[in-house]
Amino acid sequence: MAYVAIADRDQHLHDPDTFITKYIWSQDHKVIAIQYALTAIFVGVVALVLSLLFRLQLGFPDTFNLVDPNQYYQYVTMHGMIMVIYLLTALFLGGFGNYLIPLMCGARDMVFPYMNMLSFWVYLLSVIVLLASFFVPGGPTGAGWTLYPPQAISEGTPGIGGGIVLMLVSLAIFIVAFTMGGLNYVTTVLQARTRGMTLMRMPLAVWGIFVATILGLLAFPALLVAAVMMTLDRVVGTSFFMPEMLSLGRELDYGGGSPILFQHLFWFFGHPEVYIVALPAFGIVSDVLSVHARKNIFGYRMMVWAIVLIGALSFVVWAHHMYVSGMNPYFGFFFATTTLIIAVPTALKVYNWILTLWRGDIHLRVPMLFAIGFIFTFIHGGLTGLFLGNVTVDLPLSDTYFVVGHFHMVMGVSPVLVVFAAIYHWFPKITGRMFNEALGKAHFWLTLLGTYSIYLPMHYLGILGVPRRYYAYGDTDFIPASAQTLNSGITVAALIVAAVQVLFFVNVIWSLWRGPKADPNPWRATTLEWLTPDTPPKHGNWGPELPEVHRWPYDYSVPGEAEDFIPQTEPPHAGVVAGRDHGVHH
Amino acid sequence: MNISVLFAALGGAILVWLFLLQRLKTKPWVEQGVIEEGGAVNAAPERVGLWVFLAVVTSLFGLFAIVYNMRSQFPDWRPLPDPGLLWANTAVLILASVALQRARGAVAREDLEGLKPNLTAAGVLTLAFLGGQLLVWRQLIASGYYLATNPADAFFYILTALHGLHLAGGLWFWARAAGAVWKGLESRPVTEVARVRLSVTLCSVYWHYLLLVWLILFGLLLST
Repeated sequence: MAYVAIADRDQHLHDPDTFITKYIWSQDHKVIAIQYALTAIFVGVVALVLSLLFRLQLGFPDTFNLVDPNQYYQYVTMHGMIMVIYLLTALFLGGFGNYLIPLMCGARDMVFPYMNMLSFWVYLLSVIVLLASFFVPGGPTGAGWTLYPPQAISEGTPGIGGGIVLMLVSLAIFIVAFTMGGLNYVTTVLQARTRGMTLMRMPLAVWGIFVATILGLLAFPALLVAAVMMTLDRVVGTSFFMPEMLSLGRELDYGGGSPILFQHLFWFFGHPEVYIVALPAFGIVSDVLSVHARKNIFGYRMMVWAIVLIGALSFVVWAHHMYVSGMNPYFGFFFATTTLIIAVPTALKVYNWILTLWRGDIHLRVPMLFAIGFIFTFIHGGLTGLFLGNVTVDLPLSDTYFVVGHFHMVMGVSPVLVVFAAIYHWFPKITGRMFNEALGKAHFWLTLLGTYSIYLPMHYLGILGVPRRYYAYGDTDFIPASAQTLNSGITVAALIVAAVQVLFFVNVIWSLWRGPKADPNPWRATTLEWLTPDTPPKHGNWGPELPEVHRWPYDYSVPGEAEDFIPQTEPPHAGVVAGRDHGVHH
Repeated sequence: MNISVLFAALGGAILVWLFLLQRLKTKPWVEQGVIEEGGAVNAAPERVGLWVFLAVVTSLFGLFAIVYNMRSQFPDWRPLPDPGLLWANTAVLILASVALQRARGAVAREDLEGLKPNLTAAGVLTLAFLGGQLLVWRQLIASGYYLATNPADAFFYILTALHGLHLAGGLWFWARAAGAVWKGLESRPVTEVARVRLSVTLCSVYWHYLLLVWLILFGLLLST
């Protein structure tokens, strides 16, 4: 009863009446979600364009000359940082988290709507500060997205003026924004679920977002600590991370600091960050697969445990990013072990996705295509992770294109495919209109095949020993001329994939105006967000009464039922009483 | 390093605990009908939100403590003198916590006479603590210990500043509660009185927590 009392208590929902309170200073989680998503996608496109600029340099070193070496480093750095933090983290948690948590849990809004609104505006501020670094003298930082000291703030690295300071300040602001949002997501899941919505009746999308948020809340402080200390090293001249060093023949005032300390802090945040992006993707993909295969998710409880286990383990694997830092081999052994252990729950999830598809009534609609595409790219990216998790294999492959190929498969392409799956899946609910199926399918196939032709060859380049972070290779003995041909091919593929994304934007914008009106529940799904009285849902989400949940979210193709799905709000049917034997439920 | 692993284990333990708490051995695919969940987390959202926030702050200060510990092992570490004023400040902060605890007791007994002076005292004592910390900074600067002199000094300034900022944030919530109390609660609707009660209770939790953080930080500073 506690849940009812809280969810239905006289919550002070603000009543937006003007355009400004409805769409700009809005406290409605759905509007905030869209604001978050649009901002994140906007910076994501900026980062995509940056990648094309440096890809043109790599593919055709002497042809275009669009970027000089400094700009090359700056664009690579900004590309990485924007994609990982300002696009993926913000989109999955600020975007989908905001939209889905209250709707899927049966709440009217987040528990702290005002703080939720602040979260978006502070996030926007962090984006503005980040982009401002393009316009300061010296430009943005070119330290690489890991910002390792001492080079990040030493002469010779581009952007050590305003660039690196703005970067660190922007990260600190982002962390504040994320904390405000994160407190909301966690508390809403814990406190505002509707009557009957137990934790183990939550869709896996909510589980993924919930655990990812906990990871973020515990891991982002490490980045904050590192950012504060590095800012002081840069601005005031403290020596937290800066060792004694000569720069251009001149002895600097620094002394005694430890660059490795920064690496520990950075990766103590950085590795959980991978799962902050991956867990929501895991959750969302589970739901999309189940809906479009008309089958209950295989091993729901196992899936929940796997999410939690992966979340917990992700805090004890960070030093596998530091095998080449000269650490004690015993540490390497420890971290290699934990890294390989984390593959167990992860593989378990992959098996469960595949077993969900097994003998399902699969509808290959656009969201489903993207979800299945994700299984492919994630398996490929995950398998190369097993290579890199072993110290002895990692040492020769470290800093080669093998690593670039690996992490782009596993946390570039895979989450982005899930983002597309999610957008296509919930587009009818968010906008009330259907997208164009043919355009969506074209978008999927060209994106999947295109990204494969970008990243698979990179593994080969890496095994050849082609190092990353080089502006141009010139004549290098161990790099054959054919590697350059491959590089050109990769760039062409990258240009095509980028161009193909126009299909997506055209589809979304065109469908917003001209798309046919969507059915409130076009995929015939069971979860609460499809059962709102209005499509798109109005402020407050539900009518006068909150929904009441009577069953888990995966009652698809239940034998003996007339329909192939039973909404979560449907009371138990006569004859099928609680405690039915589930042996018949494949 | 070992401490970091411990810390991570703690984070994991919290997750697992959350889990066990909710009896995850249920079989959601079997059970139908409305299930009433036991009162594992049926507190006010604000209370849960505060505890989640405390977990975040623990992560922040915990990481700082670990980094402090690691950095202080390096040979260039020159510990700064322990200003005597810090003892006085610590006493003031303890008193602030005591005052809030008494305010909390008063508000639970609906004793508005006892609430007002205690709540006011808590705010004044907290402001005195913050002023005292600034005074310590001035003393240190006057004796030549600047932010960039040595990492030991830098840590001292960062940690005290961070702790002070958290207290200042708490003062904002304190001010809202105190404002309502000063205006007089007698004629107010019941819901508002309940809000003030919650607010005072949560302030006391937050103050006790920040007192604990301060005692640990102070111990850390004294030990090096």
